[in-house]
Amino acid sequence: MPVKRADKTPMPVREANLRAHDFEEVNEGYCFAHAMFEAERCLRCQDPVCIDGCPVRVPIADFMHAVAAGDMPKAAELLRTANPLAAICGRVCPQEAQCEANCHMTKRFGPVAIGHLERYVSDWEMEQPINDEVAKPWRDEKIAIVGSGPSGLVCAGELARMGYTVTVFEALHAPGGVLRYGIPEFRLPNSILDWEIQSLERLGVEFVNNVIIGKTLKLEQLFGEMGYKAIFIGTGAGLPKFMGIPGESLNGVYSANEFLTRINLMQAFDFPRSETPLSVGKRVAVIGSGNTAMDAVRSALRLGAEHAMVVYRRSENEMTARIEEYEHAIEEGVEFHWLTNPIEVLGEDGWVTGLKCLRMELGEPDESGRARPVPIEGSEFIFPVDNVVLSIGTRPNPLLHKATPELKTHSWGGLLVDERQVETTVHRVYAGGDAVTGAATVILAAGAGKRAAEAIHADLSVDREKSATN
Amino acid sequence: MVKIVEKRQLTPITKLYRVYAPLIAKAARAGQFVIVRVREGGERIPLTITDYDRDSGLLTIVVQEVGATTRRLGELQQGEEILDMVGPLGEAPDIPSGGHIVGVGGGYGSAALLCLMRELKDRGENTTIIMGAREKDLLILSDELNEICDHVEICTDDGSAGFKGFVTERLQQMIDGGPPGPPDYVIAIGPMAMMRAVEKTTRAAGIANAASLDPLMIDGTGMCGGCRVTVGGETRFACVDGPFFDAHEVDFDEAVSRSKMYVKQEQKAAACQRSAAGAA
Repeated sequence: MPVKRADKTPMPVREANLRAHDFEEVNEGYCFAHAMFEAERCLRCQDPVCIDGCPVRVPIADFMHAVAAGDMPKAAELLRTANPLAAICGRVCPQEAQCEANCHMTKRFGPVAIGHLERYVSDWEMEQPINDEVAKPWRDEKIAIVGSGPSGLVCAGELARMGYTVTVFEALHAPGGVLRYGIPEFRLPNSILDWEIQSLERLGVEFVNNVIIGKTLKLEQLFGEMGYKAIFIGTGAGLPKFMGIPGESLNGVYSANEFLTRINLMQAFDFPRSETPLSVGKRVAVIGSGNTAMDAVRSALRLGAEHAMVVYRRSENEMTARIEEYEHAIEEGVEFHWLTNPIEVLGEDGWVTGLKCLRMELGEPDESGRARPVPIEGSEFIFPVDNVVLSIGTRPNPLLHKATPELKTHSWGGLLVDERQVETTVHRVYAGGDAVTGAATVILAAGAGKRAAEAIHADLSVDREKSATN
Repeated sequence: MVKIVEKRQLTPITKLYRVYAPLIAKAARAGQFVIVRVREGGERIPLTITDYDRDSGLLTIVVQEVGATTRRLGELQQGEEILDMVGPLGEAPDIPSGGHIVGVGGGYGSAALLCLMRELKDRGENTTIIMGAREKDLLILSDELNEICDHVEICTDDGSAGFKGFVTERLQQMIDGGPPGPPDYVIAIGPMAMMRAVEKTTRAAGIANAASLDPLMIDGTGMCGGCRVTVGGETRFACVDGPFFDAHEVDFDEAVSRSKMYVKQEQKAAACQRSAAGAA
């Protein structure tokens, strides 16, 4: 069969019944032969529309040519120039809704596995010998980055490459933001994140943990006594939403943020060697259907839950998780209860014992354009459960703008930015990622960090010229 | 890393540390707290700021050894370092001016009241502290508090110092007109059971009462929601909305229940720590 008519090369994965009991990475990655074959499937379109599906516009066509030619250094260079978090995005991007959705191969044979190849090339890059030399900034201006999640990391990297002195302030004891506390090791190993952060350190970026901007230091101190010329806010959307149903404060109920932070950041899976506890029973219900819900339910499974369930008020079609995570969850034995709306958490002696739900049916589309779930009269029933994990979304954290009233926000908490989508209502304070958009993807945050870096460079260049002529 | 400049043993299980944390000391206000981590793989635990000195950059914290992490912290000596410390966290309480302000501190809670009472004294308030402990030797910082407060009322369960009985009994005497006079505003810091008992006493007398809650928490920035408490029927996060709340509105039953969520695991961690110590 000609290569161009072959199906998408599947990602080698670890056996479901083995991987469902540990936190090792699920995907094993392509080997060289897989990568060469898959890159050869690319049709070399005159007008490579795949690029239009990429929020950071990776030159995918050129990248494919380089991989197919076996020129990995070039492929890596093309990738990293456009996407500084390629090793991460190759693992967590929803490619099926982005680049791969536009691929001309998609309809007949399945898309070229752009994401898998992105991962392959980044993994190759990580194995290359590194130059230990730390780059020295050559510009006078210092820039502060608030938050070390994807938008902050990318903004820091871009600015360091332009020669600025960059400091990243992180509230927690380890950098990475949601990449550290949110995404589990079986999907994004910490070693990958550490490698990305070490690369930034070699570019001269300084990371300062345990500092909360708005609490430990105020924005005006960063500008004033500390001499920063611009500030980028990438504080994400870390504030968990609760449903407001009775019983949410019972023991055994977690926000997905708390559940995952205990596991990922605090390594509760290694208790008591690591000292942060987590209480996971035999039956765990996770409410929600996004990637975070999949991460939580699959983590519960790995921590010994016999019934790890997703409970969602809409149907499978409205699910927002990446298709790969959903498929992996099914293979691992996660149970899905669609059109099921939790209305109360039941408890005894302060602990969760059950989740009272209503069956739903789909009605007319709602304001989000998705079919509105409508309760079925008299369909109330109870799931016996030991834990309930709420994964129904997050909002931007108000901590910084509460301490900085000049920093204006939308009513829902997102930071207001100018027409360039980068500068906030405070002069030379920029923002991007989930803090501006509300909860979105790693790649959109990365794109925003890059855009902000370019704007900061442009604006500071103007400031520099002005002060030179004065 | 935060360096321990001075260590003082206040009681067999309570230690006072002065640490060099200039950024936190500069930003701190009375009533706020920090979160510390003692070793890799260790827990993050909240500790109330006992005192701060902006000029020297020194921050004072008092630690009572109750679990694996506080015991590990208690083992650290002068000159050694605390792995991570972040803060100041939470909001300083808004305490109305005028009247007789009474702080009620149980156990290590007296330490948490120290800089708060001084701030009130500097504001010109009439202040009293009622401090309680099981016995005389477990009372902490009474000399320091004596310098700051107009009146210091000591209570011990066994009568080895001051009033024999609970802080709430002494508080009731004052409410009933006993010296140094009835309180207009009560601030309670200490074990949950004590704060609940204080709240009952002030509620019956119709006296305003703030309580400083220290539920389990991880990040301290509002990210995990683990520290949620029900106040006035609404879910609030102690880390960012607190730690001070109107005690009359707090659902103490729920708060007590949530504070016991990991009792089993804590015992396991403690046993593990003991056997490791035995092996060494």
